[in-house]
Amino acid sequence: MKDEPKDPSADAQDDVEPLGEAPPLELQRAQAERLMQVWKAPEGWRYFSAVNNTEVGLWYMAVSFFFFLFGGVLALLMRIQLARPDNDFLSAERYNQAFTVHGSVMMFLFAIPVFEAVAVTLMPQMLGARDLPFPRLAAFGFWCFLLGGLFLCGSILFDAAPRGGWFMYPPLTSSYQQGIGPDIWLLGFSFIEVAAIASAVELIVGALKCRPPGMRINLIPLYVWYTMVAAAMILFAFPPLIAGSLLLEVERAFGWPFFDPSRGGDPILWQHLFWLFGHPEVYVIFLPSIALVAMIIPTFARTPIVGYGFIVLAAVGTGFLSFGLWVHHMYTIGLPGISLGLFSAASTAVAIPTGVQFFCFVATLLAGRVMTSVPMLWVMGGMAIFVLGGLTGVMVALAPFDFQAHDSFFVVGHFHYVLIGGAVFPILAGVYYFYPIVSGRKLSDRLGKVAFWLAFVGFNVTFLPMHLTGMRGMPRRIFTYPKDLGFDTLNLTSTIGAFVLALGVAVVTWDIVRPKKKEPYAERNPWNAGTLEWVQEMPGKPWGIRSIPEIDSRYPVWDQPHLLRDIDEGRFYLPDAEEGLRETIVTSVIDAKPEQCQRLPGPSYIPLVAALTTGGFFILGTFHLWSLAIASLAAAVGVISYWLWTGTAGHPEKEEKNIGLGLSLPIYVSGPASVGWWAMFITMLADVTAFLSLVFGYFFYWSVRPDFPPDPSPGPGVFWPFLAGGLLTGAWVLTLAVRRWNEKNWALGFYLGLFGAAVLAIAGSAALLAGPWLTRLDPRSHVYAATVWLLVIWTVVHVAVGLIMHLYCLVRRIAGRMTARRGIDIGNVAVYWHFTLLTVVITVLVIAGFPLVA
Amino acid sequence: MATAPDLSEKRARLWIIAASPTIWAAHFLLSYGTAAIWCAKIAGAGGSLSFARVAILVYTIIALSGIAWIGWRGYVRHTFAGSTLPHDFDSPADRHRFLGFATLLLSGLSAVAVLYAALAAVFIGSCR
Repeated sequence: MKDEPKDPSADAQDDVEPLGEAPPLELQRAQAERLMQVWKAPEGWRYFSAVNNTEVGLWYMAVSFFFFLFGGVLALLMRIQLARPDNDFLSAERYNQAFTVHGSVMMFLFAIPVFEAVAVTLMPQMLGARDLPFPRLAAFGFWCFLLGGLFLCGSILFDAAPRGGWFMYPPLTSSYQQGIGPDIWLLGFSFIEVAAIASAVELIVGALKCRPPGMRINLIPLYVWYTMVAAAMILFAFPPLIAGSLLLEVERAFGWPFFDPSRGGDPILWQHLFWLFGHPEVYVIFLPSIALVAMIIPTFARTPIVGYGFIVLAAVGTGFLSFGLWVHHMYTIGLPGISLGLFSAASTAVAIPTGVQFFCFVATLLAGRVMTSVPMLWVMGGMAIFVLGGLTGVMVALAPFDFQAHDSFFVVGHFHYVLIGGAVFPILAGVYYFYPIVSGRKLSDRLGKVAFWLAFVGFNVTFLPMHLTGMRGMPRRIFTYPKDLGFDTLNLTSTIGAFVLALGVAVVTWDIVRPKKKEPYAERNPWNAGTLEWVQEMPGKPWGIRSIPEIDSRYPVWDQPHLLRDIDEGRFYLPDAEEGLRETIVTSVIDAKPEQCQRLPGPSYIPLVAALTTGGFFILGTFHLWSLAIASLAAAVGVISYWLWTGTAGHPEKEEKNIGLGLSLPIYVSGPASVGWWAMFITMLADVTAFLSLVFGYFFYWSVRPDFPPDPSPGPGVFWPFLAGGLLTGAWVLTLAVRRWNEKNWALGFYLGLFGAAVLAIAGSAALLAGPWLTRLDPRSHVYAATVWLLVIWTVVHVAVGLIMHLYCLVRRIAGRMTARRGIDIGNVAVYWHFTLLTVVITVLVIAGFPLVA
Repeated sequence: MATAPDLSEKRARLWIIAASPTIWAAHFLLSYGTAAIWCAKIAGAGGSLSFARVAILVYTIIALSGIAWIGWRGYVRHTFAGSTLPHDFDSPADRHRFLGFATLLLSGLSAVAVLYAALAAVFIGSCR
């Protein structure tokens, strides 16, 4: 591919060569011993305190695969029920629970977590990092996921599961379903979404800041591009659902009428918020799965990917366009034609980047010499299925066609083609391809082929007929149907196909879990791939990579001579752990220049305890045990504070560390070069998105209701909100001043400033609450009052958290853990306050300003 | 080329590749919001789209000009010092070209998506 002899502007001084000679064997052995000591997983019961990606990733994958099987069993139960007309295998009630839990489990407990699981496991390997920057955060995400998932799945055993469909439309899920089911869904999944956002933060910061030296932005593996896009999408897609769940749960628990038309609410708002999440979610599932394909194809085509830039276009373009599709789930609610047209346009436009990447894959296969293999089999099968799903997708993107197909089995057929072809098959390809990285052994070729053909044939026999069943008029989500409507044979065929598909999945499952102790380990780089994850030894060592290489190519294993030898002999960076601490390299965003030697935390039960206490709040809240729930939340705040206090921004014993090859890096870094700053910034982007979703609610009501805001406005008036705005802006100004005074080491100014900021924050919050309080807005009476109260409370909670952060910095400095030169804590708190100020300003302008101009 | 561009990392911007899709998003939301508010608050169901169509036309012109400008900047980077694809050398120059190329491609996609959206306003004239 490289037809030029030499890049005219390449500057050789950038390139760092490995040590010319290997360190003495004695030293190599000592280094390996120290690395092993530092990175080995805890043993016995303490195994569950592990936080390293090799352990957490494995648990994550295992548990999400378990939920996949659970969801699959529910699907089989539904198929048995639908096998023949007038069947009574499942009651209507049970059937409703089955399809609700099936959809919810597959989306929330399999598809999203398995993406995070695979990314947490593989990305450090692909980036030659020892681990991602926040191992404990990843562990926290896992434990939250496990707890929330068991809670939700367990509910179906007690006949208490949600039964309103995976999209939970009110009023079905508000006034018509008084049971606990919807609460389990709303709170359980909000909890899991918080965990998903935590993982997204980890993955984005990992991709941007933890690449190996020299891996410039034009050299990163495509998987990492896709992961970055999908994780960024999580930041903007999940918060609207968290906001929506908050509204619906507050309506169910406290009677605030957000979705109740008799008191000014509107159930359509839920649909907007849900699909604002729900549609991008499909692409959050699809992109990381197709990313596996982008890694597998070049390996078996024996050639670099064709159209790297085009695939980046596809990933980023899909990420954006997928946010302009949500209304195509709502074509039939009676929106004006122009709205349908706009969303139809975006829905068809998104087919362009998707098609582009497929042509790149095909071109790569044509350019290379393809070797057949089990992973390629799953890839090809998945691509074939996905193309069909994409084409029916273009059909349903057209509003007139969708009017006919809406809520029929056609749609069920369509989206299973998309999700199973676009996600499940590629993931199974990934299982066969990456299995040696996880366990050191290959899966069976023979079983893999058998499983593939069973699954491929079974899949098509199940879902192809559904298009026809739907066209003949069979609606979704009905538990049975009378005979002789033309559905009988098609449904029976689908059921038979479903069992064949399940058999295929069972073979895969057996292949994964069957004992392999007697089989030899795979040879190193068994597929002869070109990307960095394959430098791993078989079986992998807990340290991930022996020394962190300098990268010069997109396919370093193919292009960089002696790479394996140099890594193994410790000729690159960080070949040792002299201080007995876990470390990795933090690099710059664009060119991956080394910036910091980042110390990583070791095993700890803190993530588990933090997940239990946080989960306690959501689970106890489900049962409306509010005092216990609040106690659990307080405990969670305590645990997380302890976590931050002991585990973050520690003061290193020296300023710099020599990481080898003549490079010394600082150990303590603050501001935008640090991973902590990025994590705070990215988290707050998600937070502000949730807030803007609530603001969207306000303006949505305004656009659909003539009495919103009521005229004359009953509250909250102008004086109190604007006073609050002024006071809280003062708190922000003082926070910035305090950061500066800390840098200047002016202790008195620092303490006085923090005190002043705290006083202003408290006074401002009181003033903000005084507005609706003094004007006696009753949130149960009308949606206007409820919306104003919600915006006010949201803002006050944020100010309160900011206040806790002030307090934390205060104690931190008194304890000598934050100093003038090491002020990462107050730096990150300032980032938090920027976003809080934005929240305050918008809240004040909306609740006090908008009624004046409306 | 008058002056050689500064290829240092400090001058490189990752977000430039997202600039054109962001313009698409703004165009999309403004068009949707304008039409929705026009139909809900002013014209009423079944009323004429008149003003909203003109507004969407204006948004479209502005959006396409912005995308064209960013796409041009991407093109200039992509062709910097005459190198060809696939921009996979380990050098600041190829990183510069790659970011330009990605910017150019995303500008193309964004332009098509903006035109698609604008077509809705070409064919639909009322709030029905």
